[in-house]
Amino acid sequence: MKAYLTRRYWFSASHRLHNDSMSAEENRAVYGKCNNPHGHGHNYALEVTVSGQVDQRTGMICNLLDLDSFVNEKILERFGHQNLNILAEFQEIVPTTENLCVEIFEVLKKDFHHAHVDKVRIEETMLNSFEYAGGGAIRY
Amino acid sequence: MVYLTRKAEFSASHYYHNPEFTPEENQRIFGKCNNPHGHGHNYTLEVTVKGQVDQRSGFVVDLKELKEIMKREVIDAMDHRFLNKEVTDFKDRIPTTENLAISIWSRLRTKLNLAELHRVRVYETPDLFVDYYGEA
Repeated sequence: MKAYLTRRYWFSASHRLHNDSMSAEENRAVYGKCNNPHGHGHNYALEVTVSGQVDQRTGMICNLLDLDSFVNEKILERFGHQNLNILAEFQEIVPTTENLCVEIFEVLKKDFHHAHVDKVRIEETMLNSFEYAGGGAIRY
Repeated sequence: MVYLTRKAEFSASHYYHNPEFTPEENQRIFGKCNNPHGHGHNYTLEVTVKGQVDQRSGFVVDLKELKEIMKREVIDAMDHRFLNKEVTDFKDRIPTTENLAISIWSRLRTKLNLAELHRVRVYETPDLFVDYYGEA
């Protein structure tokens, strides 16, 4: 039987929304307060959804220890307490939470093989959230 | 089509153990959850049903009835129970959150005749939940 498991994690990071190919005025107009050159931070809540057949022997889609250790090592340690703008991932793209969502989904999709990776959802604040399923439909 | 979700809470204990595994395997696969004395969680259950809105009542489902079915089929059976020992669904199945969602789905599906069951979501903690849509 196929089920979906979602695990929630937290990390804190700073970013500045700025695009070098826009003028200073344009950057201010598009990004507003988020264009502050010194950056600002968020406590991001990250939700990772995986799916698969529930293994009859373990009762699990995948072992949570495998998911937790992957996310800790490849995502939380990579992005936690960092300035996202200085990371290699965001040299060509603006570290909006849309782009962060896509980036984290791709990291999981590429190297997490214990279950099917369905979706990444990030709450930037309690009022904003973003979801990416690699172009697939998002199921509610 | 309108979707309606009703929540309920229950607290229960469980442990993870497969008698076909060696003690070492059980420990390696299930870790702390293998403690035979069990440990507990405050579970939150979300049941989502879907259907057309009835023109006369304005309801997708009679919430009173849904509430009663959830109480009778799930809460009364599982609240303040040791799932491995006191709930027959888990006599031969490990009471993981995945299996709990599947078990709750099958308890509710046959009892709901007013609206169609869409999703069962079980939160084991606020940071971990499983969704089951009745898929094979």
